[in-house]
Amino acid sequence: MTTTTPSSRKQASDGEGTSRAYKLGAIGGDWLDQRVSGGGLVKEFARKIFPDHWSFMFGEVALYSFVILLISGTFLTMFFDPSMEEVVYSGPYEALQGATMSRAFESTLEISFEVKGGLLFRQMHHWACLVFMVAIFVHMFRVFFTGAFRKPRELNWLVGFTLMILGMVAGFSGYSLPDDVLSGNGLRVIDGLMKAIPIVGTYLSMLLFGGEFPGTAIIPRLFTIHILLVPAMILGLIVIHLVMVVWHKHTQYPGPGRTERNVVGFPVLPVYAAKAGGFFFLVFGIITLISATTAINAVWVYGPYDPSPVSAGSQPDWYMLWTDGGLRLIPGWEFTIFGYVISLNMLIPMAIYGALLAVLALYPFIEAWVTGDDREHHVLDLPYNAPVRTAFGVSWIMTYLILALAATNDLIAIALHLSINDLTWAFRIGIFVVPVLSFYITKRLCLSIQRQKRNLALHGKETSRVVRTETGDMLEVHAPLSDYERWVLVQHDDYRPLSAGKGVSSLRAKATSFFFKDRIEPITPAELREAIAHAEHEKHELDELTGGDYRTPAEKAVH
Amino acid sequence: MNTNLDGTSPARGVSAIAPKEGGGFPNPGLPPHTHRQADDSVPAQKRAERLVAAMFLLSILGTVVFIGAYFLVTPTGTNIFAEEGTPRALWWSNLVTGLGFAAAVFFIGAAAVHWAKTLMPDEEMVEERHDIRSSDETRETAATMITDGLAESGIARRPVIVTGMVAAFAALPIAVLAPLSTLGPLPGNKLHHTFWGHNPGQRLARDHDGTPIKLSDVAMNSIFHVMPEGLTHETPHHLEERAKAAAVIVRIDPKLAQNEDSMNMGVDGVLAFSKICTHVGCPVALYEQQTHHMLCPCHQSTFDVTDGAKVIFGPAHRPLPQLPIEVDDEGYLVAPGDFTEPIGPSFWNIHKDK
Repeated sequence: MTTTTPSSRKQASDGEGTSRAYKLGAIGGDWLDQRVSGGGLVKEFARKIFPDHWSFMFGEVALYSFVILLISGTFLTMFFDPSMEEVVYSGPYEALQGATMSRAFESTLEISFEVKGGLLFRQMHHWACLVFMVAIFVHMFRVFFTGAFRKPRELNWLVGFTLMILGMVAGFSGYSLPDDVLSGNGLRVIDGLMKAIPIVGTYLSMLLFGGEFPGTAIIPRLFTIHILLVPAMILGLIVIHLVMVVWHKHTQYPGPGRTERNVVGFPVLPVYAAKAGGFFFLVFGIITLISATTAINAVWVYGPYDPSPVSAGSQPDWYMLWTDGGLRLIPGWEFTIFGYVISLNMLIPMAIYGALLAVLALYPFIEAWVTGDDREHHVLDLPYNAPVRTAFGVSWIMTYLILALAATNDLIAIALHLSINDLTWAFRIGIFVVPVLSFYITKRLCLSIQRQKRNLALHGKETSRVVRTETGDMLEVHAPLSDYERWVLVQHDDYRPLSAGKGVSSLRAKATSFFFKDRIEPITPAELREAIAHAEHEKHELDELTGGDYRTPAEKAVH
Repeated sequence: MNTNLDGTSPARGVSAIAPKEGGGFPNPGLPPHTHRQADDSVPAQKRAERLVAAMFLLSILGTVVFIGAYFLVTPTGTNIFAEEGTPRALWWSNLVTGLGFAAAVFFIGAAAVHWAKTLMPDEEMVEERHDIRSSDETRETAATMITDGLAESGIARRPVIVTGMVAAFAALPIAVLAPLSTLGPLPGNKLHHTFWGHNPGQRLARDHDGTPIKLSDVAMNSIFHVMPEGLTHETPHHLEERAKAAAVIVRIDPKLAQNEDSMNMGVDGVLAFSKICTHVGCPVALYEQQTHHMLCPCHQSTFDVTDGAKVIFGPAHRPLPQLPIEVDDEGYLVAPGDFTEPIGPSFWNIHKDK
């Protein structure tokens, strides 16, 4: 690559400096190549093409916040003491002086109040976690709504799904570590949930807590899970996730010149090295800015864990909210059979959570079964071109949101002066009604958008210029689309329902009917030719009437 | 019909893809590239260059602020903005070190991204994709390698070995259960009894200050959070004991009573209930004096203390277990025994005697 600089003298000196740098680089490159065959690696990756789109950024945000979690977390482990040994606090925070607490809580206070930069790192760790989980969810639904999970990427979808679950485990095990009242009650809910599992429940609880709740084992155990087990798994899966991205080459949005057989974009070197590398620092900067200015998880306000107190407004971190919502909505159903208790008030929510996750994980396989489509897909779907998938995704998100909102019902009730009982009932009804309603509305919206795009592709853009003919007809002047603009509107594949028989089971026929019976016929080339011929005829008519000048008399007067 | 758009058939079954009528539309190819300002104008290029360099300088400034603040604006030592060791000092320390560091990293990113967006080439490049599946030749070689390898192992000809191997791999996971079992003791009857039952005749003491409560201390419609008097920091496993023994006493007007059995376990309308929710075990810490309802702040189970703490709303099923109480010779409230049934969340064998 050549660089142009205006001054020739400067160019000469630049050239000298660069050639020295090149020489050094060549020596280093040679050394590495002879040992790890670095040349092949660079040849493979340095100019690899990645497509560019703002929505591809969310996965990057997740990756970068994970790196920030590793950095800030490492700092915290230098000072955190995961011990449940009881101590009497005598540090600088006056409100708790003389209080008995676990060493874990005390060391959290030390990090917050005494270690230089400790509070900043703690807050960065917590904020980065929240950003990490938001990014994972948004990234996941970008992938979902654009159909990026389709062949050959189903396995990578499952890897990503597992990363989302591990993120929740990492988050929960992390915020339980300070051993404050809030996190202690969170653990107690886990204990209660485990005990509800028939037959093995009480054993599981005893094994997890090393005896009765709370015991003295849970914090050190969660610590090992939090700083060793889960991050190692996340790191391993991230590597697999990224290797698969490189292996498959990135998906791209439909556009002129983009096909299933190519990838259009910019090379890693120099563009993405600068953009993506720089983006890491931007994410780092923004998380640091939030942490510098916004307090989070002020555990000293909650106080050290004690099994007796709890206050209203006890919410977990946002990504765990949904797991609490079902527990608040379920009526007190529990029955006894042969003297043994079946706690439906806990088993049903747990089953619902499991089902919600399972259907998300399995969706790519369900859709592939319905369509029977076994081609590779590298060009993304526009969400409105897959109405049922999009509607299903929105419906899933709405269910998730209702559960998350239900977990904050006490806060909502206080903020809006509502009865908590009425609110709970509203959510109980909402969890059945809203997903169905949002499914239907989303699907109809997608079909409407498809219809509108169809008209746009056929007739071009409306110009708001209306001409009245001598017979009184009103004709609107349309500006035709260029081939490039039209391509995005006509390139997508279309599916249709199958009838049962001839290798199609009746279940699959019903499924295809559910997915594809409401469809907007795609434009055919013949239709477009006809539309263009019609437009030309109309334009001819308009030109005759107006002499090719579509301006209004008022405009003519001005110009 | 029933073929993929590219003319192939799906490997199995029938696909629902609708064939494109008239063969679909031709891809018009990449649109012509439009230049950016800095592509054509040298001054614009210079401007972008200066901006990028300036942002790198801002990052250095941020680093300087961070390092300076780390030693000059500390939470407990030197602090140039607030008195040492005060909450204000902590606030300033967090703010200034944070802002410095945020600037140090953010502006590196901003500079790099601006550099890429204005000065690096933005002409789109095209790379061909290749089939993910390996070529037929490679597949065949791979298949041969596997079959040859298996044949050399003799796995098909030696069923005894295979049976043994499968049995060994099936048995090994059971070994995991042994170390797993050392993670904790068996539940035994631990969940069925509390400190009250182990030490009958305990006085009811105020939670936290540990002072015993006289019947006369309990005013109408008041609530006390109580623990057994003998349960102190010196008690072995005192947190576990507190987690089970936590209770509340309330005093209600006997005229409001709807549950005779429950009233009989109290004294003059003073009733003691477990404070641990029968749903998932949160402390039921909120008491509404007007309605005599106890509310769990975690999941809003609501218990009516005039009716034996029966559940009237929310996800809990069992009433809060009641702690029968009496008054001793000196007028203090005492518990002659344990709660009427096991406290806390329901579990499989909660109703079995242990």
